[in-house]
Amino acid sequence: MKSDINLINEDGKRLDGRAADELRQIKIEAGVLHRADGSCYLEWGGNKVVAAVYGPREAIPRHTQNPLKAIIKARYNMAAFSVDDRKRPGPDRRSREISKVISEALEKVVITDLFPRAAIEVNIEILDAEAGTRCAGLTAAGVALADAGIPLRDIPVSCAAGKIGAEEHDGTLTGGHVVLDLGKAEDNFGNADLPIAISPRTKEILLMQMDGHLSVEEFNQALSMAIDGCYVISEIQKKALLQKYKTDLEVE
Amino acid sequence: MEKTKREIVLPSQYLGDINKNKAGRGTFIEQGKIYARIVGVLHQNPPYINVIPVKGRYDAVEGDLIIGFVEEPLSSSWLVDINAPYPALLHVNEVPWDVEFGETEKYLNTGDSIMAKILSVDLEKKLNITLKDRNLYKIRGGHIIDVEPSKVPRIIGKKGSMIGLLKKYTHCRIFVGQNGRIWIDGDDENIVKMLEAIRLIEEESISYGLTNKVENLLKTQ
Amino acid sequence: MTVLPIIKQNYLYKIAKQGKRADGRGFNEYRDIIIEPGIISKAEGSARVRIGKTQVVCGIKMDIGDPYSDTPNSGVISTAAELIPLASPDFEAGPPQADAIELARVVDRGIRESEVIKLDELCIIPAEKIWILFIDIHIIDYDGNLFDTASLAALAALYNTKVPMERFKEFFEKIKESHPVVNDYLQAHQTDYPLPMREPPISSTYVKFNDVIVADPSIDEEEIADARLTVATDKNGDIRAMQKGLKGSFTVEEIQNIIKDSLVNGEALRKKLNESVGS
Repeated sequence: MKSDINLINEDGKRLDGRAADELRQIKIEAGVLHRADGSCYLEWGGNKVVAAVYGPREAIPRHTQNPLKAIIKARYNMAAFSVDDRKRPGPDRRSREISKVISEALEKVVITDLFPRAAIEVNIEILDAEAGTRCAGLTAAGVALADAGIPLRDIPVSCAAGKIGAEEHDGTLTGGHVVLDLGKAEDNFGNADLPIAISPRTKEILLMQMDGHLSVEEFNQALSMAIDGCYVISEIQKKALLQKYKTDLEVE
Repeated sequence: MEKTKREIVLPSQYLGDINKNKAGRGTFIEQGKIYARIVGVLHQNPPYINVIPVKGRYDAVEGDLIIGFVEEPLSSSWLVDINAPYPALLHVNEVPWDVEFGETEKYLNTGDSIMAKILSVDLEKKLNITLKDRNLYKIRGGHIIDVEPSKVPRIIGKKGSMIGLLKKYTHCRIFVGQNGRIWIDGDDENIVKMLEAIRLIEEESISYGLTNKVENLLKTQ
Repeated sequence: MTVLPIIKQNYLYKIAKQGKRADGRGFNEYRDIIIEPGIISKAEGSARVRIGKTQVVCGIKMDIGDPYSDTPNSGVISTAAELIPLASPDFEAGPPQADAIELARVVDRGIRESEVIKLDELCIIPAEKIWILFIDIHIIDYDGNLFDTASLAALAALYNTKVPMERFKEFFEKIKESHPVVNDYLQAHQTDYPLPMREPPISSTYVKFNDVIVADPSIDEEEIADARLTVATDKNGDIRAMQKGLKGSFTVEEIQNIIKDSLVNGEALRKKLNESVGS
């Protein structure tokens, strides 16, 4: 996909001034909602996300209950005003797919066998979107789950890497750079996008999707970069959770 | 108050090995290692490593005294909300009255509050409660508030010290359910005093010197 | 827990008889109000409003489209509200239920009927192209009084809205050739400009339980309420919109008292709104 925009210049600086392996700015706050059992507000570049967890509570309708463990129901939704062209309210196919892969990623880290017949509902609302919303959503969901006191094997974290600046001729790509955390223009005009989610403690991959064109070597580079990104973000998640409870501890 | 360092741990944090320690509350074991599974305060009671939750739903344990809200009278039982992930079942055999089949509403109806005890929790987490005990009954009068179940031990205090303090200064009757519901009865001014004190305990539950703070609050009104 | 247990209800009734509310407020007192305009970069206008713990985000998006045949030179407004499952354990995902629809329509009427937005100034090519304004209300946290919170959020977002001439540059370039009349419009509006607005009416909501009437109901008070009344008043002290809800009733005298209170509360809310949007 060729475009007139030069996504990365000779000095290795991207459109927004970032280096190839640099993340956009991320801010995380835990426990921001009053009604939800657990919640998180997250800003990532131009993304603004709220995640709320309800549960565990009895799964309804009853036929959806699993007698051995809890089911995870993640719902990813973009607000009508979160994108350039107003989005009609309601889930579209893209949202349903993202909801599914996020639910599946979370299944692995939630200790679900403690809550037979129950459901844990994770609601992710994208209020302002700027590429990488599913990574932002899952990262916020991880914090919300921990904030809700739901037993977890790990706090899941998500990040994406991709490739920009390559030129395509007859199905072959030449040039290009593997970069971390694609921004808006990079997502639109780039060559590949690889969002992943991991369990930081074990480095297991919980979510992975890829679209675009990467050589095997580039894939390995991108994966490694995304995993490194995840570790940086994991620290921010943990800080946000500690921040919430630390203030109590520091009295006298 | 001992100045033991209160450390907050997060899920997936490594806490110890099973050849030296035992996995207590709020932890899980993987490949011989003990990890925290919730956000909580690390509490070592050698050889046990425990993590006391700062937040979370009520986890029913047999014998717990709780406050339930009747959701639905069924033909020979009632469904009761006890602030757990699941509603609890109160069977007609577990109440002190002689209830005819289909007449459950005459005794307890939707919206009633009861002080009950957890009778059993089975493998599928199906909960049964009972009213058959001296101190259990249908609640009348007073006021009920909700707090985080994890704060209940703080509100009761070591050997009932905190709850004793609350009773002393407010002259209210108070019952603290393990499931985070608290029933209070007394005259209105004192109920307000009690509510403020409980909110303070909730907000600063892991601070040091909380008992003194609460006492000061109660004294000054 | 969807239904308030009887003991809690009785407690609220009891203290109400003594002129008190559970959170210590006066009958006519509002909770703390925080208005933050311009929080969503993708939206043409936005705001987040908190009344107590109730939190609403409103985003305004604009698009160019065809006018309605009965108002050929007028812009179009469309208001939607989402009670997203995020905000309460009782909200379900899915198409808007009656509550969400009523909320959206009441907020919409408050804006439309009082002509808060100068729709005739949103005409690009008479009888052919006009601006469509989408008002999307997102409830984030539900702790009572969605009507006032959502209305304030919508108004704050509108005050903050800029007509997106830049974003539609390409459209205007294309249409200049076939419709030279659009040049008049373009001359007057060369870049993003503030949405043309009039001073809006402000809504104020009251509920009645056991013959006691309180302003800005908390979620528990809404739970036990028999009837609810929202009154929107303008800066001249006139009534611009009303909505009665729930299954109970009001006496004429009660309604007149509520109107009196809503004039006072409306004024205070208006002041707060103006301060926050810097007008």
